[in-house]
Amino acid sequence: MKTKRVAFLGLSIALAMILSFVESQIPALVAIPGIKVGLPNLVIVFLLYRISWKDAVIVSIIRTLLVSMLFGNIQMLTFSVAGAVLSLGSMILLKKTNWFSTITVSIVGGICHNIGQIVAAILWTQTAGIVTYLPVLLLSGTIAGAVIGLISGMLVEKLKKWRF
Amino acid sequence: MKKRDFILIGTILAIALLLWGAIELTKEEGAYVIVTVEGKEVAKYSLSQDGEYELNGGTNILKIENGEAFMIWANCPTMGQTRCTHQGKISKTTEKIVCQINQLVVTVYGADEGDVELVG
Repeated sequence: MKTKRVAFLGLSIALAMILSFVESQIPALVAIPGIKVGLPNLVIVFLLYRISWKDAVIVSIIRTLLVSMLFGNIQMLTFSVAGAVLSLGSMILLKKTNWFSTITVSIVGGICHNIGQIVAAILWTQTAGIVTYLPVLLLSGTIAGAVIGLISGMLVEKLKKWRF
Repeated sequence: MKKRDFILIGTILAIALLLWGAIELTKEEGAYVIVTVEGKEVAKYSLSQDGEYELNGGTNILKIENGEAFMIWANCPTMGQTRCTHQGKISKTTEKIVCQINQLVVTVYGADEGDVELVG
């Protein structure tokens, strides 16, 4: 691995972690578990489109592990991993098809993240009824994904000439 | 953004709206709440009787007042999670308060409903 790549990935992970922290300081607008903007996904979607899906996976995994270790607990890790794996996996596949715009790919990522969280919550609490949160989380995932996709798309466009 | 972008997003939103409508329309006035920890029923309280209850050996405190249940205290850390104390008041069937850290869920049931639904 080239030194430059190591430094770049380190920087990306640090940025994603800071965004996680910033987001955790924003009080929940809606009283439903799992609703978030997903600011760290700015970094992930940017990497996915501008660099490579492999770098996006590396940054996503390390960021999830570190944030859970620093500020959370093992249970939070389960939720984060479930969301991150589904979200990034779906975005990588959807991007590969080349059928949809960045915003749509990001929206599907947001929704899949929320579905992962619901599934983890159902298994964790052994309560199937949590599925009633699905409609709200579909909607919030769409809005959050659109915002992240829009900004990431703009970043990719603006930093087109930069060499990473 | 192309046509198929809008078709996909539109479909997702339509599904969300339909599900939301179905859930909202089938809600009824609740009669009692059941507290489950890891899916096992640990307590059952009537919504028509005001009171404060310590749950799960003291990890959460649930209050029932004027037919509504809400969490007034919990011992969970906050980072990255919606706290159960912020989830508001519940009074209609299927409404719930989820305390993820303690694996605790408070769900409203109607007068004519039977046992708790369990996974697996």
